[in-house]
Amino acid sequence: MTAEFVQPDLIPALPEMVMLAMTCLVLLVDLFLPQEKRGFTLLLSVATLALVIAAVIAVAPVDAVSSFGGTFVLDQLAVVLKIATCAVTILVFVYSRDYLVDNDIYKGEYYVLGLFATLGMMVMISAHSFLLVYLGLELLSLSLYAMIAFKRNSLSASESAMKYFVLGAMASGLLLYGISIFYGITGSLDLNQVAATISSEFAQHPVALGFALTFIVVGLSFKLGAVPFHMWLPDIYQGSPTSVTLFIGTAPKIAGFAMAIRLLVDGLGDLQVDWSQMLLALAIASMAIGNVIAIAQTNFKRMLAYSTISHVGFILLGILSATANGYASAMFYTITYAITASVAFGVLLVLNRKGFEAENISDLSGLNDSNPWYAALLAIAMFSMAGVPPTVGFYAKLSVLQAVVQIDMIWLAVVAVLFSVIGLFYYLRVIKVMYFDQPLPEQTTTIKEALDVKLLLSANSLSLILLGMFPSTLMAYCILSFS
Amino acid sequence: MYADWPLLSLAIWTPILGGILVLFAGDREPSGARKIALVVSIVTFLLTLPLYTQFNTETHLMQFVERQPWIAAFNIEYYLGIDGISMPLILLTSFTTVIVIISAWEVIQYRASQYMAAFLIMEGFMIGTFAALDAVLFYIFFEAMLIPMFLVIGVWGGANRIYATLKFFLYTFIGSVLMLVALIYMYTLSGSFAIFDFHHLRLSLTEQVLIFLAFLVAFAVKVPMWPVHTWLPDAHVEAPTGGSVILAAIMLKIGGYGFLRFSLPITPDASAELDWLIITMSLTAVVYIGFVALVQRDMKKLIAYSSIAHMGFVTLGFFIVFRIVNSGYGEQGAALALEGGMVQMVSHGFISGALFLCVGVMYDRMHSRQIADYGGVANTMPVFAAFMVFFAMSNAGLPGTSGFVGEFMVILASFKASFWIAFLAALTLILGAAYTLWMVKRVIYGEVANDNVAALTDINKREFLFLAILALAVLALGLWPDPLVEVMHPTIDNLLNHIANPKI
Repeated sequence: MTAEFVQPDLIPALPEMVMLAMTCLVLLVDLFLPQEKRGFTLLLSVATLALVIAAVIAVAPVDAVSSFGGTFVLDQLAVVLKIATCAVTILVFVYSRDYLVDNDIYKGEYYVLGLFATLGMMVMISAHSFLLVYLGLELLSLSLYAMIAFKRNSLSASESAMKYFVLGAMASGLLLYGISIFYGITGSLDLNQVAATISSEFAQHPVALGFALTFIVVGLSFKLGAVPFHMWLPDIYQGSPTSVTLFIGTAPKIAGFAMAIRLLVDGLGDLQVDWSQMLLALAIASMAIGNVIAIAQTNFKRMLAYSTISHVGFILLGILSATANGYASAMFYTITYAITASVAFGVLLVLNRKGFEAENISDLSGLNDSNPWYAALLAIAMFSMAGVPPTVGFYAKLSVLQAVVQIDMIWLAVVAVLFSVIGLFYYLRVIKVMYFDQPLPEQTTTIKEALDVKLLLSANSLSLILLGMFPSTLMAYCILSFS
Repeated sequence: MYADWPLLSLAIWTPILGGILVLFAGDREPSGARKIALVVSIVTFLLTLPLYTQFNTETHLMQFVERQPWIAAFNIEYYLGIDGISMPLILLTSFTTVIVIISAWEVIQYRASQYMAAFLIMEGFMIGTFAALDAVLFYIFFEAMLIPMFLVIGVWGGANRIYATLKFFLYTFIGSVLMLVALIYMYTLSGSFAIFDFHHLRLSLTEQVLIFLAFLVAFAVKVPMWPVHTWLPDAHVEAPTGGSVILAAIMLKIGGYGFLRFSLPITPDASAELDWLIITMSLTAVVYIGFVALVQRDMKKLIAYSSIAHMGFVTLGFFIVFRIVNSGYGEQGAALALEGGMVQMVSHGFISGALFLCVGVMYDRMHSRQIADYGGVANTMPVFAAFMVFFAMSNAGLPGTSGFVGEFMVILASFKASFWIAFLAALTLILGAAYTLWMVKRVIYGEVANDNVAALTDINKREFLFLAILALAVLALGLWPDPLVEVMHPTIDNLLNHIANPKI
């Protein structure tokens, strides 16, 4: 067999190339900047992300195109998810600045690592081969390990980084093991070819394929944080510097969703009956454990970690329904969840000051008295997470439930809504603390925040209401991604 | 001139936007925020008036309809319209909000702008709930109104407010999520969320029963019916006066409205099948809760229990229709029961609101709601005492007041169904009189009980104003209920026609 080198079509990968080039540029430029000019690195990083978004829009194809021998696709799904990922990362960068300054970790590497992680996510989103999925995932994970450990002198951050590294490596191992079995059976890493051969292979190797699928699903669940593979999530959320928690808690969820779609739907669509069953168990367990245990948390970051787990359960509901409608609603859910979580962590970041790390729910006491505007922004995010209209969280839940009811699993919809009632309790508790409790003495000083953060955070939070009232456009893009 | 105006949209969005404006006006100059709030609420009230004056009483069809596609993916529409059962409730809402704003004028000093804004935004949501003809739109308004009420009770409430407000929110939320699943299920059958498409769905009895139960949980919690009523006394006791008024006057009515708009027309066969359940729950509310009210020591709690008992009449009137028709009295008798329930809802809105305001007037002076702390208030507050006695009398169902009309209609209709149901329902005339008048006796009459009562000052002009307006409304509806009954007549007849046809 002679492999002939074919010049791949580079245009679909233009955004990734722009990202890579600009990231290297940021790294270089930052070297020559004195500490007081660090703001330029931030500016350049945000400009990079904006440029990438523009590039994605510029190369967005009408129909899906693939390149690099079919390992890389650019379709509607990839376009929407890449834009969402980059946009959320912009929020992360802007919100974290003051926190980084206060904690003496305002360094260029933070942004470079963040950009590399985003590049990894973009690769995951466009990957159409087992190998490329894995490469993107590793690029993302390695950058995240370093970002968590970035606050070198913090014990909890180092512990988190270590924990994340060990568990993340294990999850990657599981994923790789599953991939290797698929490769052994189908003889290909390309998701299209795997999809083409899998149904005929299934008759011959039902056990091996079931085995491989299990490993893939376990690896995915690890990355998404679905119960029972969720143990790392609360610890990492709590232990990481809040700015990194913000990052981990938002953009990678979008990439994780993309990975699930690429692997399960694009590649292993013929095994849908099997993985739907697995996802069903994972989804119910995630909603149950996530919502119930979140009630007992006193640490806000940890509570949001459990809340994330429960939201992952909801996202899985959409995927397991295995209809175009279900995928679209899961996608809508994921994107809006990332936007919502940015507000929650963003407000928490704003509350941090030099020498005062706001991370407990009680640190929010009486926020309405000291900073009514931030209290309102966070309250909107909480109501959105709880799925109370008119916020977007309601609409996201509605569309997922609708997908579940459509496949005649009404009992599952009932289970889901009952768990969201449990979830409502701990979101309401946050609002209770902000609005009904008296402020703590050290909390009474008003926040001196930068104008850009305030504006962006306000727009971010109000967009939850706006998207809740006019979800049509985003929903239309989600539906278009799966038609 | 009004024909082309999107009056319903205006009535919904004026208070919401006005509320946001008040919020931004802030507390630096609270009197400014108060004035804006008052103006907004009056403008909203004026905007809802044409809904009545221009209302066509000849038709059961929806009027003032506005229909736009909203979320195309799920065929959700921005679909508004009113008929004879929603129009009076919208007027009640806009009217009560004006009263609440006036009543809070001096009383609320802590973050007055947020308080006013919460009530205005809530008003918009409540009007939206009554006007929505798309199930998702209805659900959004239905849920959204919980948020301002949650904050109102939690921020301005009494000592145990946090427990009360969490209980309030969780109870109502748990009830409504099951309804959401039912709505989505019907959407998968009909392909649209328009409530009228649901009305015409063919559903098997099992489907109907399940859907009926889902609606029952949602609306029974809201009404509230025994045995899911326990959040109400807590919420009422802890809520600030304005919160109690809105809760009793409007929010409870949304449950009753839901039965008429959803349960009866969508699941008529299940309603007929399970009417014994509702009738039992209603009669328990009327009789048992009546006794519970008798032993209360806290005035607000007493009125809260009295509300539950009175709302029992509403649900009784709505669900006794099947038995009336079966007994051979036809739709004439059944219409009496439904209209009685509706009149009772409106009248209870006035009376319970007024009673909570009366308690609020006393509470502002004495900072106590305990009956035992009062006695002989008539000696120091004669004008107030006159109002209080009047409202208490109407609460007990004195002929000539609005409280009498609804109860009388429902009892009269019940006799056509069964003597014993009517007998139990009529017990309320005794019980209602007992608990209300006994409270009045202990609070208003007798010797001046203590120095605090001796130091009371009579109501000022502002308080006189809102009590007088309410007294006039109670009297007007009691003496001449026809204008109200007339507007709902075609709608009720159409509803009865609709539920007479099995859907199975």
